[in-house]
Formats: sequence, C-alpha cells, structure tokens
Amino acid sequence: MPASDYDSACLPDILPLYYRRLFPFSQYYRWLNYGGVQKNYFQNREFSFTLKDDIYVRYQSFTTQNELEKEMQKMNPYKIDIGAIYSHRPNQHNTVKSGTFQALEKELVFDIDMTDYDDVRSCCSAAEICPKCWTLMTIAIRVLDRALRDDFGFQHLLWVYSGRRGVHCWVCDKAARKLSVAARSAVAEYLSLVKGGDETMKKVVLSDPIHPFIRESLVVVERYFPLYALQDQDILGRKESVDKVLALTPEDILFRTCSRANSSIAQANSSPHFISLKSNLQQDFQNEKKPENRWNLLKDQAKRKQATSKKGQHFEKEIMLQYCYPRLDVNVSKGVNHLLKSPFSVHPKTGRISVPIDLKELETFDPFAVPTISMICEELDRPRTVEEEDKSEETIDKENEKDAAESRKIRDYKRTSLAKYVKCFDQFLDVMARSWKGELLKKSDLQKDF
Amino acid sequence: MQFSSRTKKFTTNSQTELYSHPLLFYVQPPLENISLVEFETFAVERLKLLKTIENLGVSYVKLSDQYIKKLEAESKALNFLYRTEATGLLPNGGSETLVYTTEVDLFRYRFNDLYPKQKLEFLHRNNLQYDTISVEEKKALHDKLVSSSYAFSGITVEDQDFYKVPFQDALDLVRLRKVYLKAGYVYIPHQEIVTIVLNDFRTRLSKALALTARSLPAVHSDERLQPLLNHLSHAYVGQDYSNQKNVGKISLEQIDSLSGKSFPLCMRQIHQSLRENHHLRHGGRMQYGLFLKGIGLSLEQALQFWRSEFIKGKVDADKFDKAYAYSIRHMFGKEGKRTDYTPYSCMKVILSNAPSQGDYHGCPFRHSDPELLKQKLQVYKVSPSGIIQILELIKGMHYQLACQKYFELTHNVEEASFSLNHPNQYFIESQKVLAGGRDIKRETDAPQKPQENSTKAPSAAPEAAANTQDVAEMTEELDSFFQDA
Ligand SMILES: [Zn+2]
Repeated sequence: MPASDYDSACLPDILPLYYRRLFPFSQYYRWLNYGGVQKNYFQNREFSFTLKDDIYVRYQSFTTQNELEKEMQKMNPYKIDIGAIYSHRPNQHNTVKSGTFQALEKELVFDIDMTDYDDVRSCCSAAEICPKCWTLMTIAIRVLDRALRDDFGFQHLLWVYSGRRGVHCWVCDKAARKLSVAARSAVAEYLSLVKGGDETMKKVVLSDPIHPFIRESLVVVERYFPLYALQDQDILGRKESVDKVLALTPEDILFRTCSRANSSIAQANSSPHFISLKSNLQQDFQNEKKPENRWNLLKDQAKRKQATSKKGQHFEKEIMLQYCYPRLDVNVSKGVNHLLKSPFSVHPKTGRISVPIDLKELETFDPFAVPTISMICEELDRPRTVEEEDKSEETIDKENEKDAAESRKIRDYKRTSLAKYVKCFDQFLDVMARSWKGELLKKSDLQKDF
Repeated sequence: MQFSSRTKKFTTNSQTELYSHPLLFYVQPPLENISLVEFETFAVERLKLLKTIENLGVSYVKLSDQYIKKLEAESKALNFLYRTEATGLLPNGGSETLVYTTEVDLFRYRFNDLYPKQKLEFLHRNNLQYDTISVEEKKALHDKLVSSSYAFSGITVEDQDFYKVPFQDALDLVRLRKVYLKAGYVYIPHQEIVTIVLNDFRTRLSKALALTARSLPAVHSDERLQPLLNHLSHAYVGQDYSNQKNVGKISLEQIDSLSGKSFPLCMRQIHQSLRENHHLRHGGRMQYGLFLKGIGLSLEQALQFWRSEFIKGKVDADKFDKAYAYSIRHMFGKEGKRTDYTPYSCMKVILSNAPSQGDYHGCPFRHSDPELLKQKLQVYKVSPSGIIQILELIKGMHYQLACQKYFELTHNVEEASFSLNHPNQYFIESQKVLAGGRDIKRETDAPQKPQENSTKAPSAAPEAAANTQDVAEMTEELDSFFQDA
C-alpha cells in the first residue's frame, strides 16, 4: 500500500493549514478539561511539542482552549505529546520552589509497538507493518480492552492508532487518572505475560492453576491464532519457524516422563528422549504438511502430557501466548509524568494522523487507510458541493463571526476523511460527559447543603 | 521484661480499648504525662529491642521459629513504648528507617498470630471496612476463586472467608495475579488479608513517623532531654561512614577495578552507567557521590572524577563548572547550608527516592525487575544456585540479606561476619576480605602508583583554570577542608 503522496518536506507548508482548519480543538479541549470537575485540570496539563529539526519543547501549558489554539497555530508542532497534570502550571515550573512542582495525575496509558514482536513475525521487521502482522494489534486491543473493563472496572478507554506501527490506549476514568505509580505498575504487570528479552527463548511460562485473567485472554488469542499464526505467519510451515516452535516444547518434561520407556535408546544417546519425542513430532510433520493439522498434532502431544503428568502442562497455550499475546512497554504505563503522543497529532514520518480506533469496527480497521495530513489537506481544496454551500450560507447568517469561524472549522473537517475519526472521538466524549455530569451534580448538591 | 506494672498503669485511661488490643496502629501520639526517668528507660529499651530484632533478622532467616520466639518474649514491652516514640524521641535519621522495617516485621508476626476472629475485629477497629462476600456470591465465583490462588493447597474455598477489596489496596496481590480481580475489586482469601493490612500499616507508620519528626522541636526544647537524645541517636543508629580518616587513600585510577571487586551492586550499577552515558541524574549523583566520598575521595578528586566523566558526554567543562561543581562541593559541605552530608545507608537507598526511567540509583535488589537483575547477576558470574538464593530473599523482601548473599557469593565467604546495612560498610568489609586479613591500607595502596598519581593530580588544574577565581576559592576551601579532617 502506498503511503499515499505524503512527503515530510511539505510539513512546514501544510501544518498551518491543518491546525487552522482541521485539528479538532473543541473536542480536544472537551476531553482534557474533563468537564471542569477539578480546578485547573486543563491549565496544569503538560503538553510538549516537537518542532521542525527535532527541536523539543517540554512544559507547555495553556489556560484556555483559545490559548491552546493560538499557540498551536503559531508553533505548528510536527508532533504533540501529552504529559501529566502538575501541581502548578507547567510553563511556570521554573518559578516554583524546587521539589514542589510535581506530577499529580494522568490517564493510565498503554503503548503497544510492533517492533516488540520482531521475534514472532516473519512478514516484516522493525518499523514496518503489513496487514498480516496488524492482527497482533487487533489481538492486543481485544485482550487489554476486555481486562481493563472486566477485571479493573474501567469504562472510558480511548484506543488510538499511533500513526505508524502501534496503538495507544488512554484510560480516562477518574480512578485511573488518580492511580499512583505503584498502582500503575501493578496494573501493567498484571497485564504482562511475555517476559524476557532476546536471550530468553521461552517467554511465557504458565503456572497451575491458570488465572482467570489468562483464561479469558486465551479465549481471545485462540480466536485469532489459526488465521494469524498458522496461515498468515505460517509458523508451522518453513523449517526454521517449525524449529522455533519445537524449541518451546518442554524438553525436561518430555525427558522425564519417557526415559524409562525408552531406556535402550537412552543409552545410545546422551540426551535422547526429548530428541526422540521431538523427532517423533518432526516425523509426523514430515507426513503432514498442512499447518492446521500440524498444530493439532502438537496439541495432541500437549493433551497427552496433561493426562500423564501431575503438574499442569500448558505448552501449547504458552506457544500461542508467546506468538500473539500483547507486549506492553511497562515503563510507559508506570510513570505519571511519562509523555505519550497525542491523539490527532501527525506522525512526522508517515504523515498519518493519530486517530481514535472505533472498536465496533476493529476487525476492519486498516492502518493504511488512515488519512495522511497531505490527503486531508487536499480534500479541503476540492470544490464544495452545492448542498454544502447552501448550508454554510445559512449558518453564517445566523451566527456571529466567532461562532462562524468555529462552525466553518467543523464543516471543514467534515469534508475530509478525518470526519469519521472525529465522530468516533465525539462518541467517546459523550459517554464520558455523562460521568462527569453526575459528579458536577453531586458537587452542586454538596454546596447547597452549606 | 519488667514493664508490666507500668503498662497496667496506662490501661486505665479512656483509650484502653484501642491500646489493650494486642495490635496497635500508629494513630495517635501518647496523651499522658510521663516522667523523665520512665521516658529514658522506655526509650532505651525500645531502641535496644529494635536493634536486637534487626540483628536477629540477619542471623536467622526472618520469621523462623527462633525469631518469632525471641520477638514474642520482647513484645509485651512494646505496647507502651510504641506511644513514647510519638513524643519525638526517634531522630529523623537512620533510626527512622530502622524502626520502619523492624516495626513492619514485628507487626506482620503479631498479626499472623491472631485468631481469625481477632483479625476481623482488628480490621474493623482500624477502619478497614472490607466486607466478606456472601455464600451465594462465593458459589457463583467458586471456580474463578479456586483458579486464582495457588495458595489453596488442601483448603477449600467453602471454608474460607473472602474479602472484597478495591484493587488499589492490594497492589502486591494484583501484580502477582495472586487473587481474583473483577470490576476493580480483588477477592482476597482470609489467609492473604495480611498483605492488605501490612500495606495499610506501612502507610500509617510512614505518616506517624513523619508526624514524629515534626513534633521534634517540642522535645528538643526541653533541655533535660537533649543530652539523652544526642546519645541515643549516636549509640543506636550505627556508624554513618562520613568520617574522613581515609581521605586520599584511593586514587581515581583504582575506581574502575574497585567497582568490580568491592562495590555493592547498587554502586557498581551507577558507576557502570556513568561510564557508559557520561552522565548521571541527580539521584544517582547523590547516592554515588556520597558513597565515593565515604570510601575516601577528596573533594578535589571528586571534582576531577565527575568533571572528566561528564565532559566526555554532552556537558562541556564550562557547563560542568556552572551546573554541577556546586552540587559536588555541596556534598562535601562546602556550599549552601554547609551540612556535611553522610553517605546513604541501605535503608535510605531502599526506602527513599525510588528510581524512575533514566535513573540508575536505588537498590538493585529492591528496585530492579527480578528478571533483569537475574540477567545482570549472570553477567557478573554469580552461580545459578546463588541467583536462586538471592531471588528467593528478594521475594521475601529481604533486600539487604540479598545484597549480603551477593557479597558472600562474590567474595567466596561461607557466611559474612557482619550484618549489612550500609553500602560503605560493604566496601570496607570487601576490602577486608580481599586483603585476606591483612591491613586494609596495604591492599588499597598496592595497585596505586604514587608517581603516576602525583602527576595526574595537577593535570586537572589547567581545566579548572578557566576560572581562576574558582580555583582560588576551591583551594581555600580545600585547605579548610583538610584542616577539618
Ligand atoms: Zn507484517
């Protein structure tokens, strides 16, 4: 798929247009203001901008939506990151006594990056993605979204495409925003199953009994595994990938359970049994080329092990999880003051807008169909339809100038392929607004009591 | 223990109910007047006891039978003494952390010793209003509860009470997936509730200790108490390793090799990252800088050491002198309030200022991901069985014992003859072992080439000479510094 006609050299020309006419400022402010329930919540929020030539400015903050708009239109950031809500205005952090300027709250965030899966995808590596490996992101979203809602009880989850090779999740519930560093790291660790770096071969080890959270996650993984791993990645096709899978079958267990039965072979070979069993499986694989059937053979082995050994053996589950389970960057989730790329920021390398992902259409979400900044700016230049013209006349008549400018912007993004993503964002905000309405009501009730 | 009569005396006041309970949270300071003699006796006994427990914890594995027996014998005296502490007796120094860990241990033991009914009473008395789930709910969740805990060997879910607790109150159990989690609540079997109570206890204890620190002036103003307090804080907190008798015994060239041989893991880790990144953030500079000062680096050496490393990175000499030299002189008490800072103890490293992203300070046994620590230990050639022992100690939150085990393994000693509580102590003990009982001085002198050393030292001067004013100032400070020492 072509990265359309995007060229990063043209960013200085089109960013002003994007921030003037397309960036959804009012939704953006509505989100980060959280209904104004807490004082200075928006004002004390850190933004950081990456400007041309990788100039990085931290600790930007804004008092109003208007100021945010003005500044962004002035600075035209290549990239926007969102940080924490601090004890003081971040742009005044130098003026407060050292030690008193502290990060207080932030959404609980998750960052899933395709580069962390390089050892289990054969289609691409590093920053590349393709429709085959994108399934990993779909799985990650399904697994984490379920756990964050069902297990942790969070409700306001905003999933965002990073613009290049991953996804982010912003958990916006009040309780999530208030979590301590320790709590964030506990949540992230609860959700982490794949452990160990390049040196560790076996990265998932399950203990008995299998925790309900892992069971639920397995339900998701099992749904995608045949199509993703067996077909698209063909992990039981080519020899080297087959070897990789076989390396994950438990050698010591195989050795222990079979050593007596095969003692004659044992004498002939120094570490014979797992080899003989593995070669059994390998022989079976010789006769059976279809990946699905090969997988069934492996599952049969696992079942047999489970029946004979006292302790649970779950190596087929461990293999599935190692290949498919979401890999989190725990450090991003842990820190309250950690910055994360903002929704609707441009990805400077690909030009794609960081857009919210509609989970109702997750299966068909196509990262390559996400509009680039050049694409939507071009769409603005297309001649308006008669219908659009009529509408705009009408509204300008009715409203004063400032509102007119605002509504022009609304009409602007609606004329581009950004529209459906902004709509998804709107829906997310509508649901969340109901929760803070309740809080505001409670607050005003309390005040009446006094 | 002979405090029984006094304890009785105080069980007649209005707070009887709370205090007579075998367990006690640090909620309120004592309200009664006590005599100075009583105060002194209790305070000394208390500190002795805490010190005993700390040492016990090292020599027996914590919570072994003997340990518990010893604790049991001493624990009667504690009820009243808990309260005398809140008068501000314990100075806000090393003893605070000593009190902290031992109190937590003591508390854990005492709580475990209660009957289930008493535990429940205790929870409610201390505003931990966690409810147990109904029989119906338990039935509905039966399978999930069973598969959420591997601690259920033999005990069926039916016989257990389960508490429903907000997950934020049970982070350790959440982290390890040791409990069932649903809609933001964890379901904790009765036998695991201690984890929660301990968390709560830690929070309250920290708060109480902070309060204690704040109430200090009131006690200090009583001149009769002052000598006693001074005495106590010196006698029981332990050595602070700030004395500068060993200044100049170490040359900068030795640091790399010493870091591999005699530095505790925390310092080795900081040193390595400093060499790699040519930079260290504040937390690392403080922890490592004071440690180096403690092993004998002079201010001049320290300035040279940090400058030469930093200017290999993004900091030029000018910026170093402007931005960093001050804080190094500060460490040596040459700037600001002129406090002569003491090297951090293990407790301070473990409990305060946990490292975040990009930091290398802290205690690797406490703050590293066990998996990463394991890899690091492998790189440092610790045997697989040794690694298992260390990880086991970490699991039980015995970070200092883990470090001591690391010492034993890397120095080939069966059982260390000391109980580790300070990185500088680690260094000294290591040098002792490496010297094979010989005089420490000879060992550290041995690899040092005096001539080379003396030519190296002035070579730093041209760099510093960029600002002659500074040099003059520094020599002046150095002079006074050496006079002090
Ligand atoms: Zn791919």
